[in-house]
Amino acid sequence: MHNRTRTAWLFLTPMIVLMLVVAVWPLARSIWFGFTDTNINDIAAGQWVGLENYIGEYGLFFNPNDDEGFWAGDWGVSIRNTFFFAVVSVVLETCTGLGVALLLNQEFKGRAFVRTAVLVPWAIPTIVSAKMWGWMLNDQFGVINDLLLGAGLISQKIAWTAEPAYALWSVVLVDVWKTTPFMALLILAALQTVPRDCYEAARVDGVHPLRVFWRITLPLIRQPLMVAVVFRLLDALRVFDLIYVLTSNNSSTISMSGFVRREMVEYGNMGFGSAASTSLFLIILLTALLFLRAARVKFSEDAR
Amino acid sequence: MSQRPFWASAGLYLASAVVVILSVYPLLYAFSTSLKSGTDLFNTSLWATGGDLRNYWALFEGVQPFGKSLGNSFVVSVLTVGFALLMGLTAAYALGRIRFKGKGLLLVTLLGVSMFPQVAVLSGMFELIQWLGLYNKALGLVVPYTLFTLPFTVWILTTFMRELPGELEEAAIMDGCGPLRIIFQVFMPLLWPALVSTGLLAFIGAWNEFLFALTFVVNDTERTVPVAISLIAGATAFEIPWGTIMAGSVVVTLPLLLLVFFFQKRIVSGLTAGAVKG
Repeated sequence: MHNRTRTAWLFLTPMIVLMLVVAVWPLARSIWFGFTDTNINDIAAGQWVGLENYIGEYGLFFNPNDDEGFWAGDWGVSIRNTFFFAVVSVVLETCTGLGVALLLNQEFKGRAFVRTAVLVPWAIPTIVSAKMWGWMLNDQFGVINDLLLGAGLISQKIAWTAEPAYALWSVVLVDVWKTTPFMALLILAALQTVPRDCYEAARVDGVHPLRVFWRITLPLIRQPLMVAVVFRLLDALRVFDLIYVLTSNNSSTISMSGFVRREMVEYGNMGFGSAASTSLFLIILLTALLFLRAARVKFSEDAR
Repeated sequence: MSQRPFWASAGLYLASAVVVILSVYPLLYAFSTSLKSGTDLFNTSLWATGGDLRNYWALFEGVQPFGKSLGNSFVVSVLTVGFALLMGLTAAYALGRIRFKGKGLLLVTLLGVSMFPQVAVLSGMFELIQWLGLYNKALGLVVPYTLFTLPFTVWILTTFMRELPGELEEAAIMDGCGPLRIIFQVFMPLLWPALVSTGLLAFIGAWNEFLFALTFVVNDTERTVPVAISLIAGATAFEIPWGTIMAGSVVVTLPLLLLVFFFQKRIVSGLTAGAVKG
């Protein structure tokens, strides 16, 4: 059996080496850059500046120039936007996903067709859905303004993706549209593991369907549901492309990832951007750990 | 199937109709827009009266080499998938079939890597790409794409690998097969569905990736399609060529839609293997 263990490590070596090169090393370098004043055009010339990027005069935190307070600065706004987006869209898409999954769990003619149609938004690349919805939400010629005006729900055309009051909600709308299929599929797979006799027994006893849902279905699918929520939450917290394309990268809707990229690539402040990316990494890690703890999600792999 | 009262059936079909329309309408509308040009563009009806393909020609004859971008995306995605599957298969064998210390930790780490925010490695990856001489080259994108495809490929393949019957492997060992032969001659034929599932998900991930593609490639001729679409611009800064953008969107989405429709079962089983059993 000793031989088997050696085979295992031998087989794992290429993957581990590769992950060291493409994940661990770049992450370590990024963290290191965060303590320097490196500019993207001349990486070698970067100098060590300690915690200057974090808590210095122009740092991310405790910046004395933020006279309106931390949350009004671009970095603060990007943190708020990211969390607002992540929480609202994950809650909404869990609800819509649950709804669609419950629908697809029923037996009816044409179910296969509905299931295929539901997959369409998932199959569309994020950039394409951003452009598609950008066109539909267009202030002048968009079909949505047209429909809403026609129905008398709004009195004048609204710039959905440009006006700060609506822009982030538009992003949420597109994200919910795009990721509902993912949620629905995962929840449906979980629903199909619920034994039929549970429902039968409840039906014979005359329990109200809503009660069945709350007392039987939901507790039984809790674990896979939470795993799906964790996946989506982590995905939503790193959002970049949807916001960048849909709202033209403006600073009122910028996400944390967008902030990092703007500082690093557009302004060239690789050191400062890296400090932001390291903070982002820690913030997301902390959120994930807290969430996993609060939701008591277990990845069964630990036990094996 | 128990008999459903009429109102319940009606509700079911109504809900289905709403779900189908909401899912499909935006794509149909994009398709219809791509067939419109001139002032017809501003007509919001779903039916394109003209139905001319001018926008599609413009896409390939325009300033941007859209055909080249399609080729780049295809090559990068295929290479990423091939690489991840090859590396993933042997690793998944070790993780799925062999008991050893530290396995649980390794699997959790892999899951962590596949879920962590890619932007956290942006500057380090930028330096690495430059150092490898791959900056501004489409092929160079395979390096950052491996970062997110490999861990999840290994993860999903491991869950499939674990379910293969143990007797098969024991019999192969009795017959004197080494581990490599077990993987490629005994397991591989049984793993085809899993490889298709994983490969498709990795392909879709690489085909859609935006952040790295936007940052590490600057030349028009080296771009991948998501970036190319995001950068389609009109003759003047104020005129956005929506018809052409929608044509590009349709062209990029079609291959994915076909893959999803043909391999629907495989994709769903891949997604759920990664999450529900995980």
